[in-house]
Amino acid sequence: MSSDKSGFEPRIVAFLCNWCSYTGADLAGTARMKYPANVRTIRVMCSGRVDAQFVMKAFAEGADAVLISGCHTPSDCHYQEGNFKALRRYYLLKKMLPQFGIEPERLRLEWISAAEGDKFQEVCTEYTEQIKKLGPSPVKKGVKNG
Amino acid sequence: MGQRITIDPITRLEGHGKIEIFLDDSGNVSNAYFQVPELRGFEQFCVGRCAEEMPRITQRICGVCPTAHHMAATKCLDDLWKVDPPPAAKKIRELFYNLFMLEDHTLHFFYLGGPDFIVGPTAPKAERNILGVLGKVGLEVGGKVIKARREIREVMEEMGGKAIHPVLGLPGGVAKRVKPEEIEKIKAVAEEGLEFAKFSLQAFNDIVLKNEEYVKIITADIYNQPTYYMGLVDDKNRVNYYDGYLRTVSPSGKEFNRFKIQDYAEHIAEQTEPWSYIKFPYLRKVGWKGFVGGENSGVYQVAPLARLNAAEGMSTPLAQAEYEKMYKTLGGKPVHLTLAYHWARLIEALNAAEIIKQLANDPEILDPKVRTIPTNTPKEGMGVVEAPRGTLIHHYKSDSNGILTEVNIIVATQQN
Amino acid sequence: MAKPKVAFYWCASCGGCEEAVVDLAEDILKVVEAVDIVFWPCALDFKKTDVEAMEDGSIAVTFINGAINSDEQEEMVHLIRKKSGLIVAFGACSHLGGIPGLANLTDKESILRASYLTGPTNVNQEKTIPLAKSPSPDGELHLPELKANALALDQVIDVDYYIPGCSVPKKLILDAVTAILTGNLPPKGSVLAPTRTNCDTCERNKTKPEKLTISKFYRPYEIELDEEKCFLAQGVICMGPVTRGGCDERCIKGNMPCRGCFGPVDNVYDQGAKFISALASLFDAKTDEEVQAIVDTIQDPAGTFYRFSVAKSYLGHKVS
Ligand code: SF4
Ligand code: SF4
Ligand code: SF4
Ligand code: FES
Repeated sequence: MSSDKSGFEPRIVAFLCNWCSYTGADLAGTARMKYPANVRTIRVMCSGRVDAQFVMKAFAEGADAVLISGCHTPSDCHYQEGNFKALRRYYLLKKMLPQFGIEPERLRLEWISAAEGDKFQEVCTEYTEQIKKLGPSPVKKGVKNG
Repeated sequence: MGQRITIDPITRLEGHGKIEIFLDDSGNVSNAYFQVPELRGFEQFCVGRCAEEMPRITQRICGVCPTAHHMAATKCLDDLWKVDPPPAAKKIRELFYNLFMLEDHTLHFFYLGGPDFIVGPTAPKAERNILGVLGKVGLEVGGKVIKARREIREVMEEMGGKAIHPVLGLPGGVAKRVKPEEIEKIKAVAEEGLEFAKFSLQAFNDIVLKNEEYVKIITADIYNQPTYYMGLVDDKNRVNYYDGYLRTVSPSGKEFNRFKIQDYAEHIAEQTEPWSYIKFPYLRKVGWKGFVGGENSGVYQVAPLARLNAAEGMSTPLAQAEYEKMYKTLGGKPVHLTLAYHWARLIEALNAAEIIKQLANDPEILDPKVRTIPTNTPKEGMGVVEAPRGTLIHHYKSDSNGILTEVNIIVATQQN
Repeated sequence: MAKPKVAFYWCASCGGCEEAVVDLAEDILKVVEAVDIVFWPCALDFKKTDVEAMEDGSIAVTFINGAINSDEQEEMVHLIRKKSGLIVAFGACSHLGGIPGLANLTDKESILRASYLTGPTNVNQEKTIPLAKSPSPDGELHLPELKANALALDQVIDVDYYIPGCSVPKKLILDAVTAILTGNLPPKGSVLAPTRTNCDTCERNKTKPEKLTISKFYRPYEIELDEEKCFLAQGVICMGPVTRGGCDERCIKGNMPCRGCFGPVDNVYDQGAKFISALASLFDAKTDEEVQAIVDTIQDPAGTFYRFSVAKSYLGHKVS
């Protein structure tokens, strides 16, 4: 368990592409590679399907971090360009998030193939640790606008 | 303890306001507070924005005078990037600006100030509005007022995208040129605008000046409020709305100072009072002595009458003649009678109409070159215009990328 | 039959929404003939006590413009809600928070500091900040308390319909009034404007290449703006692809790009994030470095993509 004194357990929302990363995560699961329970996965058909709205909504609902994961660039995406879209949205969002008071480190993008269960496990573990150190999201859940 | 009267909201005021009046035991006014009960925070939330967006953002300070903020911001950007717009762009801006002055002044007269004059201050409240004005002056005249205003606004839409919150201004020029096929409509509106301005003055003459009761009100002492006056003037000290020097005159009418906008902070300061969100500007070199008039109090007035007081004349012949007539009728300069603002306003409307006509007939306005692309590194800029309600100042600082780091805006507030 | 009672009210607004009504010009007379205006602070001499005295639900429809940023406005709109059958949020401020919502990207303390303490013309040695209650020799004076953030109307009271725009175009006002008078209204909660985007009706759309790719963004002041070509095709940020149509592309006709005052289309909640999604599709970039280089040419994404809709974004305001 965490060595963090406060006992803070981050909630990380992970949008995983069905064709690669989700399968990779599955592999991690079946191979009994343990990854932290902090990561809640959401399967999408392609990382290019992750509308920036999903990311903003996840933050608004209290996610401490958001992970987007898709097929390796340049050529693994089943929809050819989806992962590039994700890449560009990611950089744009990272530029904008601090304007809303959210640290850019709370958003992460990784390319993880179906065969890379171990990479998925590593990313999750490492990211959970990183966010634990960073602390809870500044979004106070349940506090209404105003 | 005396009595307290609260007027909330103040109506027919473009903007939010509330007045608290305190009466002493014998029922005389002991003090009155004009409170502005709102603050939106433009000076802070514009920080971090792209400087060139300011003409489109700051105009939302006031939707009745968006063009004034739009233009002050645009000129501030010229100064921020140290860029000089081509001649056609300056003329387009000035034409656009005078269209706005004409339209706003006549709106103010007929819709906002007019109700008290034309319908009469003792009329029932359901009639003290533009509809009452229409009832009084008749539908034919009323229709003329509405039509003239609509046509001016249509030309403004054509030139600036929208009449409320236009998109015309960019550092170093304007977004859109005036095309030869558009100028005919502009000329026609210029012609009608001039007729309309004359008609408005005539209406003022007939309804107000020929009525002894009103003249008594206009010249009544209780409204007499001697203060300093401020306004923009050209190099011949004539009233200008778009550009020039800021000139102030003392309550006795002597020039107090004359300066470029870049020096404004030396001359103008602002007082904060705990009971109002709006600040009160005053002349720094005279100092803040509270809400009192006179030579020793830095309180200054702005807006039409103040501009006429602060200048030595008008830039066009018809307006100049009316200017002379007004000062002759009211006994010389400066005039302190607050209600004479209405008269001054109509003289300015006539002036604006004459300027519009000149510019619309100036062939250079059709020149397709309306932009100078800025090349200097931005740092700090200031811009000023005369809004219908008075001197309006924008001042920005930015980083080298043109992202704003500090914003100061001095909005005209009338200290009536 | 008695004429329906109609009221107008304004909150944190600029007055442009009232001007938009005045701009109905000759048509305002038709509206005035068909209805009975019972409350309109900017044009008629009626006061709050007049509203309090009205029977609940007696006003057929009230049009409210402006964002909500003080306790007084909040109280007033609750009162008006009680007195009105229908509430229509009128204009971008009321619909989306509008320009006053940009204040949500900063905080109240900074706003008060910048307004009253710092800056070249503030002479404020006593560090006076306007107060909700302040003593005066004559008695206590009151000011409304500012809220931490500016809110759209429906974040405070139940809203029946929305008329978008900053300012609201004449046609939308007339259409809305006709719809209300004839009872010919869409489902509650509708925005009374087309459901298409600005791009769908924009004349410049035909100049957009089939596959538009952008390798560098320009700010409008940096280049000569072509009067016919799609702004995005010129590399200039235009919110058209994610903004509701119905304004007749007014800014674009003035040769400036759209800034999104009509808000998002149906089924989109967060206009700025939606724009990030749309814009990213157009980048001519495939590596981290290429993408970063393009992103570097875009300034102030929050203040540009959410120019009118910070209050109605998922986050609603800057968090801290
Ligand atoms: S929507 Fe626009 S025009 Fe209406 S009050 Fe807000 S800023 Fe003014
Ligand atoms: S992006 Fe802008 S200019 Fe281009 S078609 Fe859409 S609305 Fe028109
Ligand atoms: S073009 Fe865009 S910003 Fe301009 S009025 Fe239309 S929706 Fe609003
Ligand atoms: S299919 Fe995996 S990222 Fe597109």
